Order: sequence, then structure tokens, then C-alpha cells
Amino acid sequence: MGLTTQSTGIYAFVEEMHQDPNFNTDAVIALAGNPNTGKSTVFNGLTGLNQHTGNWPGKTVVLAKGIYEHRGKKITLVDLPGTYSLLANSADEQVARDFICFGNPDATVVVADATCLERNLNLVLQVMEITPKTILCLNLIDEAKRKAIRIDRNGLERLLGIPVVPTVARDKGGLAELENTIHEVALGKRQMNPRQTIYHQAIEEALRELQAELEEVLQGKLNSRWVALRLLDGDSSIIDEIRRYLITSTTQVGKEV
Amino acid sequence: MSIAEFELTQLPVGGFARVVGIKAEGLVRNRLLDLGLVPATVVEAVRKSPAGDPIAYKIRGALIALRSEESRQITVRALVED
Ligand SMILES: Nc1nc2c(ncn2[C@@H]2O[C@H](COP(=O)(O)OP(=O)(O)O)[C@@H](O)[C@H]2O)c(=O)[nH]1
Ligand SMILES: [Mg+2]
Repeated sequence: MGLTTQSTGIYAFVEEMHQDPNFNTDAVIALAGNPNTGKSTVFNGLTGLNQHTGNWPGKTVVLAKGIYEHRGKKITLVDLPGTYSLLANSADEQVARDFICFGNPDATVVVADATCLERNLNLVLQVMEITPKTILCLNLIDEAKRKAIRIDRNGLERLLGIPVVPTVARDKGGLAELENTIHEVALGKRQMNPRQTIYHQAIEEALRELQAELEEVLQGKLNSRWVALRLLDGDSSIIDEIRRYLITSTTQVGKEV
Repeated sequence: MSIAEFELTQLPVGGFARVVGIKAEGLVRNRLLDLGLVPATVVEAVRKSPAGDPIAYKIRGALIALRSEESRQITVRALVED
């Protein structure tokens, strides 16, 4: 497997992006979320016509990347396929998972439907488990208002420990603030303190044991708590991908940003 | 307590039911929970595909297709109107 790893899936996608002079930007942002939450609308609103749509290497999944400029910095945005879970169940979901987990984005924006926040928060918590640089974009605020749903933005921020930005992407409402937030998070200007999910005591004990062993193997390449959780899940698809990531990152030293 | 429990597969199109539990274990269980099928969730059977399987369900604001091998794993009970 060793040799082919560099040229497939997430690695080929990231490599291709690094080599494309058009996408030589200051930060790469993943746009994730459940299907139909307005990811592509946010994407279009921010990038306008500066877009490029292509195939994910080795899969029939199409995804778009685009660029915008904010306060003198160039930002790449990747519009990922919709997913309910990082436990991927289809090629589409696997692409989203691989980019979030192994693509090293400088920030991940989870676009959520404010009219059914509960269901959307599951993915938010899963993303927060892998990266502290998570932003919650609460979209469809107009629809939520129509349904008399009031969102306590400050309360949410406090509970989650991540920035929450309400938007009406279809009217470009809130997108300026989203740009500011992305800028601060991706360029390390904002202290992030995401609330971690605490599991049952037996699981926490197993995690502690596994993490201690994993630290040595991972050497900071991946978040050890997250890897330990995946080992406990026993999802062989993601465990294989973790292995591939570790092999690839040892053979491509110095590519870390 | 006296309300009968049945498998989600048996819910007719147009019908509503409330999730009681998931029989599956491991990854399938996690996956179904991630789709929003946690206990007490109300589910509506919206439509059948031409082949009768999968069936589209409305779950917590999203339309999600489940194959019968998945919906069979979900125990539900009828909604009681009050
Ligand atoms: N009312 C309203 N509709 C929106 C908003 N953002 C997106 N939409 C609509 O929601 C639908 C799904 O949006 P899309 O961007 O394709 O969602 P995606 O599947 O997450 O990429 C489209 O019909 C959009 O026009 C919003 O803020 N308010
Ligand atoms: Mg889209």
C-alpha cells in the first residue's frame, strides 16, 4: 500500500491543491454540514465566481473549491458533500470525513440548519472532537424566525466553546461576520476552547490507557483522544485511513503547515 | 406500557411513530443514532421507493432513506394523541 497512498484520495486532493498556484493561499477552510443546510449558498456567497469544480481523485464525487480575499489574506474554501456523521456510510460522506479528519484544514465551518439545531449539533460535536478550530455557522435564521424559534447565540457559544455566527446565506446576511470569524480562527488570532464530550467512566478509562500508548506513535500528528475513540469504535474504514495518514505524513516530512 | 411496540419497517407510509430503541449493536447502532434515531424521536414514514425498499422517513427535520435491514433494527411504538 505504501506507494499508492500518496496518489489517492485525500492526499492527491491536497497535493493537487498545493501545486495549483491559484490555490496557494494563506488558509484552507472546510465547509461541512448536514445535507441542505446551505453550505453551497455560503460557499457561493463568499467565493463568488472564483470557483473550481473537480472530481475527488479516484471517486465519482464532485466537489468545489473557491477563493476569496479578506483583510489582505487569501482564503481557500472547500465545499464538502453533506454528511450527518463522521461515521461515513457512502463515498460522499467519506470524502467529507477524509477532508475534515486528514486534510488539515486551518478551520472547519459547520453550516447548520437553525430550524433543526438539535440534529445538526451532533456533527458539530463530532467535528469539535477532532479539531478545536471549529466554527458553527447557524444558517436559515430567517426560516427559524418564521417558525418562532429563538436562538440563544451567546448561550450556545458558552456551552460549545466555539464561535457561533448566525447567517441568512441566501441574502448574504451575516457572511461578513463569518469572514471575520474565519479569519481570526484560521490565522490563530482567537483562542479556541471547544467543550469536549465526556463519555461513560469505563470508556474514559479505556481512552486514558489508549492515549498514553498512542502519544508515542502519533507524535502530535493526530489528536490522540480522537484516534483512541476511533479505535474503540472499531470502524475499520477510518482506522485504515488513520494508518494511511501516518504512513503518508512520515514519507512527506516538511509538508506540515 | 400497554402500547404495542413494532419494527419501524412496519410503519405504513403517512404514519408516525416514536423510537423506543435500536436493536443493532456497534457501528450500525452508532450510525443510526447519528441519523437522529435516539429514543423518543418521532419518525414519519414519508414515501416508498418504487421497489418498496428503501423507505424515506422524516427524522428530526431531515428526510432520510433507510433500507429495511436498517429500519428493522429500530423498535418504535404508535404515537398516542392527547
Ligand atoms: N430561507 C433560506 N434559504 C436558504 C438559506 N441558505 C440557503 N437556502 C436555500 O436552501 C437550499 C439548500 O441550500 P444549499 O446551499 O444547496 O445547501 P447544501 O446542500 O448544504 O449545499 C437552497 O434552496 C438555498 O437557496 C437561508 O439562509 N435562508
Ligand atoms: Mg451543496
